[in-house]
This record gives sequence, C-alpha cells and structure tokens, in this order.
Amino acid sequence: MTVLVDADTRVVVQGITGHQGTGHARAMREFGTKVVAGVTPGKGGSAVEGVPVFDTVRDAVERTGANASCLFVPAPFAKDALLEAVDAGIALCVLVTEHIPFHDMLVMYHYARAHGSRIIGPNCPGIASPGKAKVGIIPNVVFRPGRVGVISRSGTLTYEIVNGIKEHGLGQSTCIGLGGDPIVGTSFVDALPWFESDPETDLMVVVGEIGGTAEEDAAEYIARHFTKPVVAYIAGRSAPPGKRMGHAGAIISRGKGTAATKIAALEKAGAKVARFPYEVPEIVAELAAKAARR
Amino acid sequence: MVKLTEGRGKELFRKYGIPVPNGVTVASAEEAEAVVRSAKVPLPCVVKAQVLVGGRGKGGAVRFASTPEEARAAAAAILGSEFQGEKVREVLLEEKVAIARELYVSFALDRTARLPMLMASAKGGVEIESVDDAQIDRQLIDPFPGLVAYERRRAAKALGLSGPLAADLDRLLAGLYRLFDREDAELVEINPLAVVGEKLLALDAKVSIEDDASFRHPEYATIRDDRTPLEEIAREKEIAFVQLDGNIGVIANGAGLTMATLDVLKEFGGAPGVFLDLGGTDDPKKVSEAFLLMAKAKPRAVFLNIFGGVTKCDTVASGLVAAMGTVPASERFPLVARIRGNNEAEGIAILRAAGITSVPDLRASAQAVVAAAKGTA
Repeated sequence: MTVLVDADTRVVVQGITGHQGTGHARAMREFGTKVVAGVTPGKGGSAVEGVPVFDTVRDAVERTGANASCLFVPAPFAKDALLEAVDAGIALCVLVTEHIPFHDMLVMYHYARAHGSRIIGPNCPGIASPGKAKVGIIPNVVFRPGRVGVISRSGTLTYEIVNGIKEHGLGQSTCIGLGGDPIVGTSFVDALPWFESDPETDLMVVVGEIGGTAEEDAAEYIARHFTKPVVAYIAGRSAPPGKRMGHAGAIISRGKGTAATKIAALEKAGAKVARFPYEVPEIVAELAAKAARR
Repeated sequence: MVKLTEGRGKELFRKYGIPVPNGVTVASAEEAEAVVRSAKVPLPCVVKAQVLVGGRGKGGAVRFASTPEEARAAAAAILGSEFQGEKVREVLLEEKVAIARELYVSFALDRTARLPMLMASAKGGVEIESVDDAQIDRQLIDPFPGLVAYERRRAAKALGLSGPLAADLDRLLAGLYRLFDREDAELVEINPLAVVGEKLLALDAKVSIEDDASFRHPEYATIRDDRTPLEEIAREKEIAFVQLDGNIGVIANGAGLTMATLDVLKEFGGAPGVFLDLGGTDDPKKVSEAFLLMAKAKPRAVFLNIFGGVTKCDTVASGLVAAMGTVPASERFPLVARIRGNNEAEGIAILRAAGITSVPDLRASAQAVVAAAKGTA
C-alpha cells in the first residue's frame, strides 16, 4: 500500500525531447522510477537516452503499458496534451507546466475527473515516494525513505522542508507538491485521506501559503477525519494585501486567505503550526522522538 | 492580472451585446466639450474618472454636467488629478439615466468547487461584501454545457425581474458568461446593473483578465496597470518582481520559498523592500538580468536564498558572479547568499572563487543580511 505511486508505476514523459523533459526523465530514472516512454508529436520512432519516443500517448500506452504521465508541455498546448493522456486511459497525470490559464484548467479538471484520471498540479513539482517512484521534478537529493508524509502548495519551499526532515535523521513516506495555482487537480482535502489510510505514514506535514481557502478546508478535514499528528507551516505571514506574491493563487484579496485565518484554523484542528520553515523538521523530530519513547 | 478601466470594460460589453449607456472616453477637456456638442453623448451627462481604485463617487471622481461648458469644466477638474495615488489620464462621459432599481451580477471563479460562480443580488449599487449572504444568489456553472437557460431564469427570479426585464437579463447573462469565457476573465462584475424604464443597463463594468492567457490575448498586453516601472521591466523579462516598503532585496526561487524568506527576515527585524522570484530557470543570463534589476531598486542589502531544483545552484552562482562584475562600485551592496539543493557544491565553489560565502543555515543567513542592511555587520 502506498500513496498514488509504487513499483508498478510506469511513467510516460510528455514533452521528453525538450530540455526539461530530457533532464527530468533522467532524474526520475535515477530515483528508481520506471520511465517507459516519451511522447513528442512528430518525433515518434526516435529515443531519448534509451527511452522510446511515440507520437501519441495512446501508442505509448499500448506499446509500453504506461499508467502515469509527467507533462512538460508549454502552457498553450498543455490542455491538449492533458486531454490526450486522459483519453489514453492514464490514471495519474502530473502537470509540471506553469502559467496555464485557469479557464483551461476548469475544462481539464472536470474532464479528467469524469474519466477517472487524477491530476496533480499544474505548476507543481509532483509526487515522490522514496525507494519506489517519482513522477515530477523534486530534486532526488532531498529524499530518504521514512514515515513522514508531506503535502504542499509550494515547490522549492517543499524541497527546503523535505531536506530539513532528512537532515534531522528522518525520512519521507510520500511527498506531494500540489501546486500554487487557483485551480489544482488535487487539493489538501483530496490528498489527506490517502495519507490517513497509508500504513507507511505516521505523521503528516502540511505546507500552505496565503490565498484561497485550501488550508482552512484542510483544517476542517483534519479536525473531523484525520487521526495522525499534523505539523503545518503557512508561508506569507508578512505579505501585504493586494500584491500577488509570485504564485497566481498567492494573493490576499478582500481580507480573505490571510496567513492568520489559516494558522488559526489549523491550530484549532489540533495541528502544530511552525512559524518558520526550519521549525517544521524540528517539531517533526520532537514528535517522532516522543512517539518512539512510547 | 490586467484590470480594465470602466470605459474599456464597457467597450467589451458592447462587443458581447451587453447594454451600456451612450458614452465616450476622452483624454482632454476640449474633447469632452466636443463630444457633448456633437451630441455623441446626450445631456445631462456624467463625467467619470477612469481609474481602477474603488469609491470614485465619494472622492469627487464622478461629476455631472448639463451643458458642454460644464462637461469641459468637470473633465478639466478630474483629468490629471490623483485618486488614492492613481493619476487620471482619461474620463468617460456618459448619458445620465433615470435609475429605478440597482442590481448586481457577476461571474468569478470558485476555487474550492473549481467552477465559475454566478452571483446575483437585488441589492446592487453597494460593495457586494457589505450585502447580507442571504440576499446573494450563488450558482456554480459547469463549463461543459456553459451557462444554461434555467440558470438565467433562476437569476432573474433572484433579482425580482419578470416579463421584458427577465428577457433582457437572459440575453445579458448569456453575453456576460461568453465574455468571461472567451476573454479569459478572472472576474466580470456589473454593479450597478440598473433598471431604467423597461430596460437593463450596465452602469459600471469591472473586468479583469488573467495574465496567463496573454498568449491568446495579445490585445491586453499594452494596457497599463498598477505595476511600478521596475515591475514592468521584470514582467517583460518574465521575472516575478514585487516592490515593498523596506530596504532588503530578496532573490529567491519559487513563490513559497520567497514568501517564507520574507517571513524569516521580518522575524529578525528586517524590512524586505523587493521580492524577486527567479522561478524555474537554468539560464545564467536570466539570473544576471534579475540581479541587475535588483541593483536598480537600490536595496541596502541583498539576500540570495536559493533551493536548487530546476534552477540549479551553479547556474545561479555563475549568473550572479557575472552580474556582480558589471555593477558600478557606487551601486554595490552587501550580499548574503544561501544556496542549497541541486549542484550545491558546484555553486558554492563558484561563489567562493568570487569571494562570496554561502551561509547554509536560514536563521544565520537571515540575521546576517538584516545586520548588513542596518550597517551593523
């Protein structure tokens, strides 16, 4: 049992012939992931570092049994590529691409849902389960197999915190970067149940940021249904209202989506909320030590 | 996000068949008088400052005129003045209408449901935030069929409209949803939507267009917005750059890490002045450009906080060192670097060769840059 990815995960990389696609396909293989195919329309029949390239996702699925896709397709073409993956029966689509218009995401999200596919992202670093598989771009160096689950709306901040967990002598069960856009395929509330029922996860780290109400929704879910300890961090406490802070979703508008409301909701739900990123692994290590003594 | 002025929003409304009062946007008092004299805008008329800030009515940004001379005087009084820091470059002259009722309609994104939401309220003419929840009718719209007739009928009922007014609303909402969808809008809002005799008229237009859709909407690229000049240059170079009130420049990669860095700096008594998110890049030239842009903002000290993923540590280090060489001595500033992650060792070596030490601990590096900005380091 694992969260979304395991030893049977067979990855097709859409956009494998591009610079990012090639590099990350290699990094995924180095992580131990079965990267079985690449897709770039017009380049079918070639190969990238030994990985066969196909013109269509359907070809890739039929010939290699791919069941997960990692998409490095530029924003103007991302909708088409994602719908193609869904139609080919790909169950898990990790959408790394940033700057996808949300009107496109509306269609992609509801289409994928109706056809039984799961999207992680867009504008996300993807998912990794150390010792099993990685679909996405999280640097391999931050991981170590362990029992801490991580879900986050950020990219590099996730790396920072996951790396901190490793430096404190602990490791991760599964880490998912959900992406910071206004519409994401998978939210905290979608992902938390997977970790609740995952026997390999003992403790959960939730990394949020200002904007939207995903953290408040997560807090409500945690209070009602989540039984494992939760350590949280919310980035953007010092962000001024009305300024978009890099992520399209990270803006405080009309007084909603502030760090204060998110922190209060998570604390009320019983989560330990770190004030700074470096406090997260410190609190995690404390909780793990306490659990070990029991 | 590109926010459109009322005048531009109403041009779009016309294109999508949404009824608006007769009106013309002008940039000078002479033109204002001329459009009234030529009867393009009937008298009496309203003269409205084309600014994006709210509360125009209270701030003197909306005036009335009954003669061409008054229109000229009103335009002259408004043009060039400032409302909440925003300079008025254009005024909209519009026929004055007899308002029977003021309503509210909008389409926006509901992030939790991941669906567009239609909001309708009979309590128009005031900020929608101040309207009681029970008096706002909310409907989630499925993008596959799009806005359908029964949803428009429900909105008409919520607004208390029947007969020809309900038929008017039906057409208006269909057009407004089409605009929301086709123009890649984040928000389209009509407040107030006025009942004038037996017709509906959009008296105001609030439209904002999503930046990420600019590849299929080049027409919005030229529209000015609330960016500072340096923010505008950054936008052209595809660097996320936000100017704040403090004096410490922050260069980081990724929105979350950048925000976290600001939080940590503040904790140690620092005041972030510029926020520069390199995002994912493996081009040292882009790093150099970002660094030179930062230099233009004249920070007291700069904190480089990178966690290498797509953006590798050695890429950042070589871009940084290249840029440092071109900054004139008079414009140099203290720099504290912290680079971790992919190609960390290579990056640290490049920095060391240029005399820069990377401080791996976030607390220690943040304290160092705060001290440098205060001149106590």
